[in-house]
Amino acid sequence: MTTEHMVHMANQIALFFASYPREEAVAGVTDHFRKSWERRMRDQIKQYVAQGGGGLHDLVQEAVKRLD
Amino acid sequence: MALIHEIDHGTPARIAETLVTLEIDGKQVRVPAGTSIMRAAVSAGVQVPKLCATDSMEAFGSCRLCLVEIEGRSGTPASCTTMAEPGMKVHTQSPKLAKMRRGMMELYISDHPLDCLTCAANGNCELQDMAGVVGLREVRYGFDGENHFKKSEKDESNPYFTFDPAKCIVCSRCVRACEEVQGTFALTIDGRGFGSKVSAGGGLFLDSECVSCGACVQACPTATLIEKTVVEKGQGEHSIITTCAYCGVGCSFKAEMQGSEIVRMVPYKDGKANHGHSCVKGRFAWGYTTHKDRILKPMIRAKITDPWREVSWEEAITYAATEFKRIQAKYGKDSVGGITSSRCTNEETFLVQKMVRAAFGNNNVDTCARVCHSPTGYGLKITLGTSAGTQDFDSVEAADVILVIGANPTDAHPVLASQMKRRLRQGARLIIVDPRRIDLVRSPHVLADYHLPLRPGTNVAMINALAHVVVTEGLVNEAYVKERCDLAAFEQWRKFVAEERNAPEAVEQITGVPAADVRGAARLYATGGNAAIYYGLGVTEHSQGSTMVMGMANLAMATGNIGRRGVGINPLRGQNNVQGSCDMGSFPHEFSGYRHVSDDAVREMFEEAWRVTLQGEPGLRIPNMLDAAVDGTFKGLYIQGEDIVQSDPNSQHVTAGVAAMECVVVQDLFLNETASFAHVFLPGSSFLEKDGTFTNAERRISRVRKAIPPMSGLADWEITMKLSQALGYPMKYGHPSEIMDEIARLTPTFAGVSYEKLEELGSVKWPCNEKAPEGTPIMHVSQFVRGKGRFMITEFVPTDERSTDRFPLILTTGRILSQYNVGSQTRRTANNVWHDEDVLEIHPFDAENRGIQDGGLVSLASREGEITLRARISERMQPGVVYTTFHHAVTGTNVVTTEFSDWATECPEYKVTAVQVRPAKRPSEWQEHHREIRRQTTQILGETSPTKQPRT
Repeated sequence: MTTEHMVHMANQIALFFASYPREEAVAGVTDHFRKSWERRMRDQIKQYVAQGGGGLHDLVQEAVKRLD
Repeated sequence: MALIHEIDHGTPARIAETLVTLEIDGKQVRVPAGTSIMRAAVSAGVQVPKLCATDSMEAFGSCRLCLVEIEGRSGTPASCTTMAEPGMKVHTQSPKLAKMRRGMMELYISDHPLDCLTCAANGNCELQDMAGVVGLREVRYGFDGENHFKKSEKDESNPYFTFDPAKCIVCSRCVRACEEVQGTFALTIDGRGFGSKVSAGGGLFLDSECVSCGACVQACPTATLIEKTVVEKGQGEHSIITTCAYCGVGCSFKAEMQGSEIVRMVPYKDGKANHGHSCVKGRFAWGYTTHKDRILKPMIRAKITDPWREVSWEEAITYAATEFKRIQAKYGKDSVGGITSSRCTNEETFLVQKMVRAAFGNNNVDTCARVCHSPTGYGLKITLGTSAGTQDFDSVEAADVILVIGANPTDAHPVLASQMKRRLRQGARLIIVDPRRIDLVRSPHVLADYHLPLRPGTNVAMINALAHVVVTEGLVNEAYVKERCDLAAFEQWRKFVAEERNAPEAVEQITGVPAADVRGAARLYATGGNAAIYYGLGVTEHSQGSTMVMGMANLAMATGNIGRRGVGINPLRGQNNVQGSCDMGSFPHEFSGYRHVSDDAVREMFEEAWRVTLQGEPGLRIPNMLDAAVDGTFKGLYIQGEDIVQSDPNSQHVTAGVAAMECVVVQDLFLNETASFAHVFLPGSSFLEKDGTFTNAERRISRVRKAIPPMSGLADWEITMKLSQALGYPMKYGHPSEIMDEIARLTPTFAGVSYEKLEELGSVKWPCNEKAPEGTPIMHVSQFVRGKGRFMITEFVPTDERSTDRFPLILTTGRILSQYNVGSQTRRTANNVWHDEDVLEIHPFDAENRGIQDGGLVSLASREGEITLRARISERMQPGVVYTTFHHAVTGTNVVTTEFSDWATECPEYKVTAVQVRPAKRPSEWQEHHREIRRQTTQILGETSPTKQPRT
């Protein structure tokens, strides 16, 4: 998956949960990644965040850090 | 085995609390008040002669054959139009009645050709039957006088049935069927008295408003309207009940046969989804099952540029399994996957996902619901607790307000649309939310109270505006919400939608819909009585598809419109078994019954049953598989009954994905577009060739019964078993019923389902278990499946697909009545008469601005690609929006659609693509390239002529 596509998809998820209180929103994004994204995709976004995660919504940044 | 004949009760059933007891020919019978004497007589085992009456429509009282005598009353009233009354004593036979009936029959027959022995209806003609019943022995009037049968000309214009006025007795059953059953009003009786004749708008059937549903043919008591297959082949000698393999309505049909040859498909009156009605696809478009393009032998090839080589089943299966094992050994366990089919049975779908999880050892399984109703599953599960619609189809009969959002039922779910239109003719109110002026907005005796023609991509803004009116004008059903919903979530939602930015006046600039109309529609929905939402892919195929599903659930909960007859949220499923394929665990994150693979208890149950260790984390979805293939980590794919190259968005990306794989196995009826990129082709079986079940949009599980043997020798479930065996994971089932038994053991909502129960009940709606042994017509009756209904905040987020100066128009795609999905079935039938190419509908204003002529070739270009097709100038469109279908592979509609998708499920955003349209002179580069690719990739070794070349 291209980085651009991944960032877009992840930010879309964040925009849905952004309406909720911060903690609930981060938990929602994390749970969504866990339950819907395959390992390769999770690895890709974890790696991207580790490299700075440019362009990612801050909810995504925080959620990804909570992934195993 | 014999032909199945349903009992014709003459007039429709009545439902009433009061029962009426009367005596007919000395037999006592009790019937609901309002029942006709004719129907009561049938209940008493007495058949009153009749011609103009049939129980699919209201009594007409014209043929005068059903006359009876009632003690204490003078005259001989018609039993079809006379209601049963308490204490009545009715006589259906007397010398006087017999004389009158013979006299009537004499008149009928004096104007009817006496060609019974050579007539196509011979043996299945009510006129012939009645002549026998009344004892007609002579026609005193002769046949030389003025008549209709000597000068009439047949109308053969319809590809599926003939209209022969010579045989018409002007009983009006066809006209009434068109009105009452189908709701199209295409037929009428022209003229008066002796000059009366059935007319399709004064011209040919094909040129009329007729939608070829077949209701008139079915209603005709003579050979006036009759199937051409019956004319050609004769009457069937046995029949079997099965379920249609087209849309998600799931109509029951009688497949009438001569030996192993289908003669005709007749809608089954006891079918609980269709009640004896049908559409042009299910009724007539079954010829693809024996089309010459069917591939009947397995084929393999090392490279997609090689010609196909026909091989034995054993060689093909061994080759596929060896390749998958090689790929997994080289690239890892997760480098392969499978796609289940929404056109195949529940049992076949269950086996494919089982094979992927147990034999491949991963969760890389997905299904075509990914590209249609995956947001329905997501949105309804979060809010209500289960991934399915809430009602049965019959619920619409109790709806007072029908809200149709992003669906076009008359085209995509025609039989349900007929039921809906019947309710609307009875006075139910109608709100339509759709960018296009679909037929339902205004059709004979149907007029929408509100049509909200919103801009594509603004559904969520619209649903929030509707909810805003409900919340701010005091229209919330507070008692319902307090009793049944999560109050904290409700208060959070109430506060959100009440914000001024969600008011219709604020949203008007987003949706383009006048605020007053939105307010009116919201008030009607909230206060008009039972309000039911029906929706389709115009809801789900958006970047906020799942959000919109939640928004509709919010609205229905807030107004108390879930949990009883006449209300609810009703997803109109596109394909015959989309609901079933989802139920069966086709998604990469869920086992059957929508249980997440990370649930240890559930996974352990499957591990114990399947004697294998299963992965506990989600696998790849279809778009993820394609991404991974392009990345080089996904190399093998088993595809059962799905054509992702034609149906999925951004064709260039899809073809790049499949082209990057080392083993693509396509199991299908035809060499479809995806087969161009396949290395193994396994010939599949049509719905007529196997046993199984389909689950329709109302969760109804119906039997699919084998009418003829599999033409390739194996049914699809048997092919999957063989492949699994070759992969080293043997599955042993002697019959699909054994697969269903396993599904029932492992899936709580299916615990009570078995073939025995389906034989007993005809069909059953899940959940079917100890709590609901006969199934569940309506869900969430006393409480929501998840306990308390959960309101979700549905912030409107505009799609990132924006129109610009370069791409100023918005394209939405969809389907039409006569074609189905990628068209591989319907394009191989006479349905092409109505739609032999995809066309671009464009508003006159946009056409004129661009110098586009009606019927002229135009280029349709997006950021992703460009195609050409013909334009149709239509005021159904709003300015700025164009529309086309994706039924014809040569069009390549998905060359222009984008990879934008629903945030939660990755359901593609087919409904919003920024495009430009301009006049064109020749096919696009893609189309030229496609033609060449097809030529190169569909050759079969040893075939000198392209007899098996797919029509694309």
